Amino acid sequence: MDYEKLSLPNYNIPEDIQNAVAITTLDRLYNWGRRSSVWPLMFGLACCAIEMIAAQTARYDMARFGMEVMRPTPRQADMMLVSGTVTKKMLPAIIRLYNQMPEPKYVVAMGACASSGGPFKEGYNVVAGIDKFLPVDVYIPGCPPTPQALIAGMIKLQEKIDKESIKTVTWYNKEKVDGNYVPMPILGPDLIDVRRNAEIRDIAATKEGA
Amino acid sequence: MYGKGLLKSLKVTWDRFWDTYTEDISWMLRGKKRYNTVEGVAHRSSKNTRGIFTVQYPEEQLIQPEESRFIPFLVFNEGADGKKEVLCTSCGICAKVCPPQCIWIVRSNDPVTGRPVPEPTEFYIDADICMNCGFCAEYCPFDAIKMDHDFAIASYGRNIYNMQKLLKPSSYYESIRPQNFKIEEEARKAKEAAKAAKAEAAASAPAA
Amino acid sequence: MATALQTSTVDLAARFPNKAAADTRPGFTGFIVNKENLIEVATAVRDEFGYDLLTAVTAVDYIAENKMEVVYHAYKTTGGPGLTFKVQAERVDPIEVPSLINIWAGADFQEREAWDLYGIKFTGHPDLRRILMWEGYEGHPLRKDWKEPFFEEEVKPFKSRWPEGKHTFAEQKNPYRDNLNFPKDFDPENFVVEKEEDLYASLERHTTKDIEGNMKTDHIVVNMGPHHPSTHGVLRVAVTLDGETIIGLKPVMGYLHRNHDKIGERNTYLQNIPYTDRLDYFNSMSNNFGYVTTVEKLMKIPVAERAEYIRVIMAELSRVQNHLIFIGMLMNDLGTMYTPSLYAFEERELILDIFEAVSGARMMCNYYRFGGVVRDIPDDVLQKIKDLVLERIPAKTDEMERFLNENEILVARLKGIHVLNAEDAIKFSVTGPVLRASGVPYDIRRADPYSIYDRFDFDVAVRHNGDMMDNYLIRFDEIRQSLRILEQAIKQMPQGPINSQKPAYQVRVPAGEAYGRIESPKGELGFYLVSNGKPNPYRYHVRPASFVNLTAVETMCKGAKIADFVALLAMLDIVMGELDR
Repeated sequence: MDYEKLSLPNYNIPEDIQNAVAITTLDRLYNWGRRSSVWPLMFGLACCAIEMIAAQTARYDMARFGMEVMRPTPRQADMMLVSGTVTKKMLPAIIRLYNQMPEPKYVVAMGACASSGGPFKEGYNVVAGIDKFLPVDVYIPGCPPTPQALIAGMIKLQEKIDKESIKTVTWYNKEKVDGNYVPMPILGPDLIDVRRNAEIRDIAATKEGA
Repeated sequence: MYGKGLLKSLKVTWDRFWDTYTEDISWMLRGKKRYNTVEGVAHRSSKNTRGIFTVQYPEEQLIQPEESRFIPFLVFNEGADGKKEVLCTSCGICAKVCPPQCIWIVRSNDPVTGRPVPEPTEFYIDADICMNCGFCAEYCPFDAIKMDHDFAIASYGRNIYNMQKLLKPSSYYESIRPQNFKIEEEARKAKEAAKAAKAEAAASAPAA
Repeated sequence: MATALQTSTVDLAARFPNKAAADTRPGFTGFIVNKENLIEVATAVRDEFGYDLLTAVTAVDYIAENKMEVVYHAYKTTGGPGLTFKVQAERVDPIEVPSLINIWAGADFQEREAWDLYGIKFTGHPDLRRILMWEGYEGHPLRKDWKEPFFEEEVKPFKSRWPEGKHTFAEQKNPYRDNLNFPKDFDPENFVVEKEEDLYASLERHTTKDIEGNMKTDHIVVNMGPHHPSTHGVLRVAVTLDGETIIGLKPVMGYLHRNHDKIGERNTYLQNIPYTDRLDYFNSMSNNFGYVTTVEKLMKIPVAERAEYIRVIMAELSRVQNHLIFIGMLMNDLGTMYTPSLYAFEERELILDIFEAVSGARMMCNYYRFGGVVRDIPDDVLQKIKDLVLERIPAKTDEMERFLNENEILVARLKGIHVLNAEDAIKFSVTGPVLRASGVPYDIRRADPYSIYDRFDFDVAVRHNGDMMDNYLIRFDEIRQSLRILEQAIKQMPQGPINSQKPAYQVRVPAGEAYGRIESPKGELGFYLVSNGKPNPYRYHVRPASFVNLTAVETMCKGAKIADFVALLAMLDIVMGELDR
């Protein structure tokens, strides 16, 4: 939990100037700034969304982590909390929202459905986990995870942010600048992941029967 | 008067705001700690709660009722030489009753006879499919699978639990569900006593 | 205490000889009407016999008999038992059945759903588009010969789980390594995406017109959702606007279609209970209640006396909590961001604590079992329920009323904005608080009592203006009535066993059909089950209140301002888990 403080722990700053002076590294400053203001996208899909709302209310109060500013527009959000079952019909909208989010951006799969399809995995309109399309940073099991479990997951995300370095993150890397763009899937006879077009065509050609 | 309703509304929010101070001060005057104590959390979850309602997880935690359930775990008894005596007999009832079918069990077979042995070789639960319904624990005839209280299990990857991860000692089970554990222990003792009495009766019968 | 109204049993077979016949299959009730005479018989059912409320329309695929059946359940708003009639059609495409939309407008969405999932063409339906899946989707998923990509076995439990249960991902069994299925020789690169022209064509649009001063104006189409902060989940609405006035509106749903029906037909009867939790995720207790009542009807088993009271207590607590959330969320929609909803959520948390203590989970309770409930209420929890019901919630409801009811801004937003009149509400099969707020005292707890509701003394909350204010205030009335029921239930609750059956993970359900319905906080929640004696239901259909109530949304919103639309939608108290299933 010592990442909550900006100063590096190994420097001894006199107590009376601790509020005014900090000795730190650029990485730590950068991570500290992001970990303390992870703004989630105001975006709910299913049952888990209700627990997400509950986590924002008085009893759990995610504001204590700097996560209370739910932004309805993706342009101002840092984290997409995929809270619920991702259906094929909804997926293009989710991908579009994700692509519109500025970097740095994080994806948290809240609950069984978002992580893997969950109890509805076998359903014909259900995407078996958002990680098939988006890079997921934290998986929170539970159906639904209680607000406390969600906060535990958010702390896990903060721990991940703490370990990042400004030198290695993908979004300042010129070669990988498009690395986070996900092409929009298309709704055809079934969900078409355009990255897999050739594969789909080949398998469809060899399909037995009608 | 126009605006009276608005003032009334504001009065309610003002009262609520004021409560946060009066409540904290009254706890202080009584010399009790409202925050970071079990008593304080219990009071904030009771009918008399006023003022600040927040339970500051992770510093403090809501009091979990005994029946509270999350992902299942397997119970084992600690044997004399530190051996894990797994209660599961791999009967497969949990796998059959599981609504999303997230339990996989490999039954062990005796290497010599090839007959099934009452212990699983492997036991998987896909924690990311599990819907926390509690059916497995409810219908297990051997009290071998129970629902856990631990909810802080977020991870950086998909969660597929194998037997290693699922096994937890019965002392842990006793600590999270003391009442259920007591009832089950008593039932088990009564069953064993009945069995012993029956064996005794059977042993003494030919003599009589 | 009123008893159920006695109605003489209607004999359609006698009234329409050669046109309708009694359904004589064992375990089945109602009448089978000839396809050609459906309109005539249905008109008589409404006008002659007085069944003015068509609640459920659904289809069943009897593949062995090569038949498709459409099942209609009609009720009277004055109360009493319902009338079931069915139409059968040859299972050869195109399957055509006349649409009843001109007799009961409430059939609209439900017929579209049957078209979407079963491929039954309702002739005469003006806007027969897919409703849950998207236009262009391959196949009609609920047909018994249609297999989804992750199809493993016809019924659960799957044999791969035990005794040789090596963990596998479902993806590995599918050739596409994902939840996908394409027709043969499908080429995604040359695929042309279907535009949603049908949707926009169904909206009322006008070309440019002249208004005073020869200024040319055009109507614009606005899409709200599916990601919209105030559409209560992933609902999308296509609206045509004339300035700020709504002149046409079509909801687009299915963004949370999780295939409850298809999965439910593979589950065993018991396995469906936790799935019902996830329908209307605010009221898992009510959903459980509806489902177990229906299965008990099929099984013909009694419910333990104590369990009946526990069920009522839980269902009513659930209603109180739902209405509190409704009020909080309505305020959010009106722009009173957060304060009232934070107050409402506080009380909800206290009620959820009770649910967690008795059932183990806050939201997904999975608490009811066939014949009773899963475990008894511990004494300390019962004390907590008493504390809440007798002290805390009445006081807090009063506070909420003091807080909001006279607030001038709120009154200005709500008063006089018309929602529905009684005639329209019945026509569109609207049930629940919205129907009662328009002046129809129809509450299934009174009209067709289930469980032990006939033992309690309570009033059916009813208001008469049908405007937003009444729709809002009736939620308070209902909380008060629920508290009355709760008080009586706690007082009268006897000691005794909590389940009339032995706990068993396989239940025997005799062949037959049953339609069970309860008054959920959002309206009529119905379950239609067909059993063929096997461990899993042959047909499992949910008649969700939110879905059918939404049928009226176009009529409700036409002529209203776009700013009021969000509040009008909030009045219906829809929840997407139930709407899309």
